[in-house]
Amino acid sequence: MNMDVRPASLETPATEADLIACVLAARASNNTLEIIGGGSRIDLGRPVQAKTKLSLKALTGITLYEPSEMVLSARAGTSLAEIEKLLSEHRQMLPFEPADYRKLLGSQGEPSIGGLVAGNISGPRRIQVGAARDHCIGVRFVNGRGELIKSGGRVMKNVTGLDLVKLQCGAHGTLGVVSEVTFKLLPRPQATGTLVLEDLSDAAAIAALSSALGTPFEVSAAAHLPAGIAGPSALTLLRLENLPVSVEYRLNALSKHLEVFGKARRLDEGEGLALWQRIRDVEFFSEPKERAVWRVSLAPSQAAGFVKALRAQMDVACFYDWGGGLVWLSTPSDAECGAGLLRATLSQFGSGHATLVRASAEQRAHVPVFEPLSAPLMKITQGLKASLDPQGLFNPERMYAGI
Amino acid sequence: MSEIAFPALDMSIIGRRDQIIQGLAELVPPECLITSEDERRAFETDALTAYRRMPLAVVLPRSTEELSLVMAYCHQQGVKIVPRGAGTSLAGGAIPQEDAVVIGVSKLNRILEVDYGDRIVRVQAGVTNLSITDAVMADGFFYAPDPSSQLACTIAGNIGMNSGGAHCLKYGVTTNNILGVRMVLIDGTIVDIGGRHLDAAGLDLLGVIVGSEGQLGMVTEATVRILRSAEGARPVLFGFDTSEQAGAAVAAVLGAGIIPVAIEFMDKEAIVICEAFAKAGYPLDVGAMLIVEVEGSELEIEAQLSLIVDIARQHGVKVVKESKSAMETAAIWKGRKSAFGATGRVADYICMDGTVPTGQLSYVLKRTSEIVDSYGLRVANVFHAGDGNMHPLILYNVNDPAEQAKAEEAGNDILRLCVEVGGCLTGEHGVGIEKRDLMNVQFTKSDLDQQMRVRAVFDPLWLLNPAKVFPLEGRIAA
Repeated sequence: MNMDVRPASLETPATEADLIACVLAARASNNTLEIIGGGSRIDLGRPVQAKTKLSLKALTGITLYEPSEMVLSARAGTSLAEIEKLLSEHRQMLPFEPADYRKLLGSQGEPSIGGLVAGNISGPRRIQVGAARDHCIGVRFVNGRGELIKSGGRVMKNVTGLDLVKLQCGAHGTLGVVSEVTFKLLPRPQATGTLVLEDLSDAAAIAALSSALGTPFEVSAAAHLPAGIAGPSALTLLRLENLPVSVEYRLNALSKHLEVFGKARRLDEGEGLALWQRIRDVEFFSEPKERAVWRVSLAPSQAAGFVKALRAQMDVACFYDWGGGLVWLSTPSDAECGAGLLRATLSQFGSGHATLVRASAEQRAHVPVFEPLSAPLMKITQGLKASLDPQGLFNPERMYAGI
Repeated sequence: MSEIAFPALDMSIIGRRDQIIQGLAELVPPECLITSEDERRAFETDALTAYRRMPLAVVLPRSTEELSLVMAYCHQQGVKIVPRGAGTSLAGGAIPQEDAVVIGVSKLNRILEVDYGDRIVRVQAGVTNLSITDAVMADGFFYAPDPSSQLACTIAGNIGMNSGGAHCLKYGVTTNNILGVRMVLIDGTIVDIGGRHLDAAGLDLLGVIVGSEGQLGMVTEATVRILRSAEGARPVLFGFDTSEQAGAAVAAVLGAGIIPVAIEFMDKEAIVICEAFAKAGYPLDVGAMLIVEVEGSELEIEAQLSLIVDIARQHGVKVVKESKSAMETAAIWKGRKSAFGATGRVADYICMDGTVPTGQLSYVLKRTSEIVDSYGLRVANVFHAGDGNMHPLILYNVNDPAEQAKAEEAGNDILRLCVEVGGCLTGEHGVGIEKRDLMNVQFTKSDLDQQMRVRAVFDPLWLLNPAKVFPLEGRIAA
C-alpha cells in the first residue's frame, strides 16, 4: 500500500451537482477519494489511502416522506438520528433496526443514512424482516465516470432493469458515491415483550432459539448471551412485537412452547428494550478496545459447534444474534487477530463468512478484513469495480486489494 | 407503433445448425436434446403468446455439471442461450430465436434438503414455486413468494424475474427470500454465492443476480428461506362503490400502522370475470373490491379485523364479507389467483405490471380507464394494492393485428403514466421483450449504460438472453 505523506485535502459538496464536480475533478487529476458519511464507521474495513477526503456531511435533507406509503428518501449525509426522530413522530421505523457502532469502535460523529447503506448495517430484527439491503428500494449515486445514476425508486415492487441498489448496499463506498437513498418503512410496534431463559449451554440455547423461530409467533429477535457477557448467568432472549393483545397472547404461548428448555421469564418492557439495544450495538465488546472484534455469519445450527471448536484453540468471548446465525467474537489482539485460525475453523462448519470489525489500522491493513473470495467471485468483483469505478477513484482498497 | 422487434439473426450460426446440434449431442443424451420441429414448437413462446420464434435447439440438462458443459460449448461456439424455467413469463422473457439454444431447467426438479432448524430448503432450480411449500406444509412451514402462476412457475424463473405475489406486502419478494444460489456462468464456470447463512460475503452479487432475467448466468440450485405458517389466516372482502374509496381505504389501513398479509384490489370488470369463473361469492353490485387477509390466532385476527373494518366503514364500505370456512377462503383466493386465466376465457389480453406510489392509485386507475377507452378497448384491473403493483388486463382479439397494436399502444401509455407518477415499468413480471423499448422512459442513457456495463461483466459477448431488457440500439459490451 502506498503511504502518501501529504495531508489529505477535504471536499464537502452540498448538492449532487457539487458532488459530480468533485468526482470529475478527481477523475481528471487521477486523484482518489475517501468517502465519509457521518464518520462513525470510518474504521470499518481496510484502511483507505486516498488523496482527498470526500465528506457528505453537507449533502443532507429528507427529500420525501409519505407516512401512508411507508417510504422515505434522504440525501446520503442526513443523520440517522434526524430520520429516526421524524419517523418516531409518525410511529414508524426503519425496519432492520440499524446499529450504532460508536461505542464498539470508539468513534465520534453521527451515523448517516448513506453510511448505513454502504455498510448494510442491520440489527437484531434482521432475522425477521431482513437487512438494510432488503429495505433499501432506491439509490442515486455518482459513478467513477462522474455520471449520476439512479436505480430502483420509491415503490416497493420494482424489477425494472438490473438491481444496482443491492449492489451499493454493503459495497462500503467502493462502487460509487451514494448521494440519496430511499427506504421502505414499517409501523413501529405498539408493544414489545421479551422472554428470557437462563443458564442454558450455547448448544441448548441455539436449539431453543431455532425452536422459537419455528413457531407462528413471529419472533422479531433471538439472541443468546453466554455467561459473563451481560452478567454472571447466560441469557437466552426472544423478542415479540405487535399489537398489545397479540404480544400478551404470544408471550404466554411461546413460554409454554419453550418449557422443554426451561422456565421462561418475562423482562420488563423497558429492561428488554435496553438489552436489545446493547445487543444491537455490540456494546458488550466496547471494552477493552485492544481486543479484536469479529462478526461471523453462518448457519444457525452450526454456530455453537463453531464457537466450541474455536474456544478449544483460542481465547474468545462471544455472543449470538439472529437465532445463532450471527456470532460476535472478541479475540486477542495479536498481529493476525486470530484470522487464520478463525476462518479455518469456520470452513469446517459449512457456509459462512467472517468480517474483522474492530482492529487497529495496521492490523486491518494486513489481515483480510472481509472473507476472501473464490477466484471466480473475485474476478466478478473486480469486473464490477471496473464497470462502476474504472479509474479506482472511490475508497481504494477498502474491501479487498484493488477493490 | 410497430410490433416488438427481435435482433437480426446470426446467419453463420444458423448455417452451422447441424454441427452445433452434433456438438450438443456429444454432451447430453438424446432425451435431453430437442431438435425436431414439432418438439421445438413447445418452446417457441411463453405466456406472451402473441410472439413466437423457434429455437435452434432445446437442451434440458440433468445436472449443474451437464448444464455447465452445454453453456461452455455454446460460449465457445458463440451461440446465444435463452434460459427457460416453466415458460410462464408474461413479458416474453423466455422467447427464443432461430440462432439461439434454449436451455431449460425442467429436469432439475428435485428438492435436495429441508432443514427446519436453519429454516431453509435447498432445491434444484427447476422445482416449481408451489412444490417448496408443498414439501414443508405438513410441518407447518411455507415458502413466502407466491406468484399467481406458482403451480407451474419454477424457482429459476422466480429468481430471474424477482417474482412477488399477493403476500409479499408482509413477506417480501424473491430477493428477500433467497439465501444462496449455485450458478453457471457464461463460460461454464460453476460458482456458489451465499449459502445457508444471512448476508453473503463480499459485494451483494445475489442482489444483482435476482431479477436479472437470465442475463448474468443460469441458476441451477437455490437455498431459500422458509417461514412458519401463521396459526390462522382469514381473507375479508370489502366492496366499495368506487375505486377511489377503495384506494383511500388502503392508504388509511397502512397509515394506521396495520400491515395485513395481503391487500388485493379488483375493479368491477375483474370481479365479474373472476366470479363467473371461481364462484367465490364476490359481490357483483360494487364498483371495486378489496381482499384483505390478516393472520394470527383467532384473537389476533379478530383484533386486526375490527380495526380494518372500522377504517373501511369510514371510507364508505358497502359490503363486508368475512370468510367463514377454509373452503370459502380457498374460493376467495382461487378467484383472485385465477384472474388471468379467467380473463383469458373472456378475451385475449395483455397484462401490464407497473408499480405506482400507493397514494397515486386512484388517479392511475382513472387515467388507465381513460387511456384504454381512448383506444376503444376494455380493461380489467386486478392488482396488489398494498404495494401499488398494478395489473391492468387490456382485453383485445389476438387475431386482429390492428387491435393487438392498439392494445400494446395502450399498455405502453399506461406504463409511461406509471413512471410519470413516480413508479416503474414492472413490479414483478420483468422487462423481457415486452417493455424493453420503454426502458428509456424510466432510465436515462447513463442509467442504462451503467446497467449494461454491469451486465457485460458477466456476459461480455451478449450471448445470454440477449434480446431482453435493454433496447436493441446502443448496447454496450464492456
